Formats: sequence, C-alpha cells, structure tokens
Amino acid sequence: MFNYKDVLETIEMVEREHLDIRTVTMGISLLPCIRATGEATAQTVYDLVCKKAENIVKVTEELSKEYGIPIVNKRVSVTPVSLICAAFPEKSVLVGRALDKAAKTLGIDFLGGYSALVHKGTADYERVFLNTIPEVLATTDMLCSSVNVGSSKSGINMDAVKLMGQVVKDTAAATAERDGFGCAKLVVFCNAVEDNPFMAGAFHGVGESDTVINVGVSGPGVVQHAIEAVPDADLAELAETIKCTAFKITRAGQLIAKQAAKRLNARFGIVDLSLAPTPARGDSVAQILEGIGLESVGTHGTTACLAMLNDAVKKGGVMASSMVGGLSGAFIPVSEDIGMIEAAERGDINLDKLEAMTAVCSVGLDMIAIPGDTPASTISAIIADEAAIGMINNKTTAVRVIPVPGKKVGEEVNFGGLLGRAPIMPVHDKSSEKFISRGGLIPAPIHSNKN
Amino acid sequence: MRAVVTVVGKDKTGIISKVSTFLAEKQVNILDISQTILEDYFAMIMLVDMSNASQKLADLAEECRVMGEKIGMSVHLQHEDIFNAMHSI
Repeated sequence: MFNYKDVLETIEMVEREHLDIRTVTMGISLLPCIRATGEATAQTVYDLVCKKAENIVKVTEELSKEYGIPIVNKRVSVTPVSLICAAFPEKSVLVGRALDKAAKTLGIDFLGGYSALVHKGTADYERVFLNTIPEVLATTDMLCSSVNVGSSKSGINMDAVKLMGQVVKDTAAATAERDGFGCAKLVVFCNAVEDNPFMAGAFHGVGESDTVINVGVSGPGVVQHAIEAVPDADLAELAETIKCTAFKITRAGQLIAKQAAKRLNARFGIVDLSLAPTPARGDSVAQILEGIGLESVGTHGTTACLAMLNDAVKKGGVMASSMVGGLSGAFIPVSEDIGMIEAAERGDINLDKLEAMTAVCSVGLDMIAIPGDTPASTISAIIADEAAIGMINNKTTAVRVIPVPGKKVGEEVNFGGLLGRAPIMPVHDKSSEKFISRGGLIPAPIHSNKN
Repeated sequence: MRAVVTVVGKDKTGIISKVSTFLAEKQVNILDISQTILEDYFAMIMLVDMSNASQKLADLAEECRVMGEKIGMSVHLQHEDIFNAMHSI
C-alpha cells in the first residue's frame, strides 16, 4: 500500500503546483511522401499525417484521465519540409498548408517541421524555401517553422544568419495586423536537436525512425514549492531537493510517454526534461530563481542560480528516464513566464542578461518582443551571438524574437494563451550591418576536431 | 488492473460509506483502505481492483470527480502506476 505522504504529494503537485505533461509530440517521417509534384506531395503528406496521428488526441485525453495528470498539448512534428520539397521548393507553401490543414483535422495544438537545416551551407532550393516562411506563417495557424543555422561541428552559416534576420522581419510584416504573431512560430537554432517535442522548434530528424512519441514534462511550480519547503538549505542541499523533484516529474513523463507510444503504435522516443513555464502565477522559472534568493530575476547572481537549477533538473531527470533527449533544461522565455514579464516591465532584466543566461540553460532568447523598427541586420547579429554561444559550448541555442510592427520600447504586446504578453525590450542601437553583410561561414571551433 | 482512490476534504459523517457504496455499484473491489484525520481534514487512500469494473478507468475517474463534488470532497481515481512511477526507483 502507498503511504499518505507520497499519494497526497502527487495530488498536491497536480492540483496546486501546476504539474502537467506539457506535450505529447508525435514525430512522423515524411520521407515516404515525396511525389513528382508539389500538389501530389502535399496531398500525400496530409493523408499520412492524418492517418498516423489519427488517435493522438483521444489517447492523450484518455491517459490524462487514467493517471490523473493533465496533458496540456498534443502536437506533431515532421521531417523538415525543405527536404521533402527539394525538387519543387516554390511549392513548399502547398505542403505547409496541407500540414496546417492536417493539424486542424486532428484537433492538435501545433505542428512543427516547416524547417530547413542549413548549418553549413544554403542550397538553392533551401534559399527558395526560406523565403516562403513569411507567407506560410501568415497564412497558417498551427504550423511552426525552425531553421538550423549553425552547429558545433560545422560552424555558423552567416549567409543563412543574414537571410534569417530578413525572414524574421518579413514574417513580422506579413502578420503585422496580429502584432507580428508569425514570429512566435519561427525559431532560429544552432545545434538543433532532432527529437525536440517543444514548439516552435520541433521537427522530426532524418535519423529518427518513422513514428516516434516524444514527451515534454513541465513543473516549475513543483520545483518552486520544493524550494520554499527548505528555506534555510544551502545550495548543495537545494540542488539535491531540485534533483529529487525533477526525478518525480520526469517519472510521470516517462510513464505517459511509454503508454502513449504503445497505444499509438509508435516507438517511445525520449522524455525532454525541461522546466517549461506558462504565464500562470506559480508556474514560473523566474520565480524559482527569485525563490532561491534573488530580489528579481535579471540581477547579479541570476546566471549562477540558473546554472545550478538547470544542472540539478538534468541530474534528477536522467536518473528517472530510460531515454532523455530534446532540449532538456530550464526554458527562459520572456512572454511565457510571469516572473520574466514582470522583471522586463520593471526593467530588471534586459537582452544582454538573457543572453548570458542562455549560456547555462536551454534554450535561447525566447519570445522576446523588440521594437518593430529593429534593422534586419541587428536581428541577424542577435542570432549570430546566440549561435556562437551554442557552437562554442556544444549546446542548443535559439532565437525567437518578435519585432512588433509599429511598436516601441515602453509598449506591450499580448499574444494570449500560453504565449502570454511581453513588454517591448530595447536592443542596442549601434549597427552590426557591416559584420552581417560579410556573409560566409564562421568556421567550426577547434574542439570540433575530435576524430 | 489496480487503481488508487484518494478522498480528501473536511471531515464529516458518512464519507467512507458514500465512497464505498459508489465503488460497489461500479463493481470496483476495495483491496486495501487506509484513513486518517490530519488537522480536521479527512484523508483516505484506497487501493482498488478494477478488473470487473463496469466502466473504463478514464470514465470512472471522471465520475469519481463528479461524485466527490456532490459530497463536498476532493475524490480522485488514478491508475496505481503513476504513484509507483513517481515514488519508487
């Protein structure tokens, strides 16, 4: 028989501390869908996705009830669309819309994989594909896009970085009437992972098997509560407390992942051990850091606290799951975390501090609203900085910034729901134009030569 | 298949009777039961066998929640594996 403490702890985690499975994501390979034309490919893609993920909503809702754990999102990730459309890149839009339609048919929350992997060079078909992103994101609802522009092994493709600065601007312009919402569905990576269940960056890597279930757990509220329970602990004890908590959270994720894979006839892929916040109070990574002893997230000591938190989450999670992958770390999005939003409103956190924080956690500059008149080259330079941190530190980094059309520092943008709201944060006003216009490749770092 | 029923709320008369009657009507067999009062709060944990249950676990879990609301208690029915997973290595 179970003891009271354990059983009631689980109930409490769900009822009061926002414990949930953030996402059950089905990865589907689209490689068998390639046909002679864009039209035929789009139709085949639609049919395959609808067939493979037919039961994802039903099964996850069933699991949620059986185990008493909310499952917030049901998602699908697919093979990078640029690969499927290499022979007819100008028709990529059709495949994008077919995927969006499939997402709506299935009733899922997001579908990721309108993606390209250009970390070493940009092929002609990829350049055409990248230029379709603004139009696709403006004319679809559920589709997410990601582009990998660098890796520790290959260096940083600065031509792609330059282009993506413009693509981000164009996407904002194409969705101007929704405050540049398209950019919330577009992420630029360095060291993108192939089994990430989180949006907007999920895609199904070509090294994966055909149908895979990846699960992302969450639980900033649970960790925060555990920290509050030991107010006088030193940092080693605190790390231990976080580890134990992460273990429990991850075990719940692993159980759901295995069951979901079994019932959906898919392979169990990975559990992503991320602390993913939501705009709800008590579900915030920033508040964990403040709970450790910072007056506000963003002040001196933030990076150190975050490093400890991120590492402890991983250590607890690795022990709890047979397969760990994805991004696995604490997320620090601004608009999706109430503690971050409030710190940004007070001016206690800025882009430079956020950049430092991304060196020690996953994933990057995430959901940050910047002035609409930010030059494309400045956005490219922000991407380059993040990619450099990822490349040198052998970790995934990403940029998801929204240059909100017509808005300036001091104003706010509200995307609603899990995407939250964000004050427009200032960027440096000195130009990076010359650096970005050089183009070319930043060579891979010396430590990539391991063979 | 076994599940865990938890009943938590302000103590009053007849809670065990109401919950166990409900479970009996659904052909759910109680294997073990443990109950205590923590500072005026009633807390009960039951281990139940679902093999002859008249409904699927997911549906019964929902009905338990509704039944709990009726008697003014928080009632959960969950697959036992969630507790095994989270609290044992």
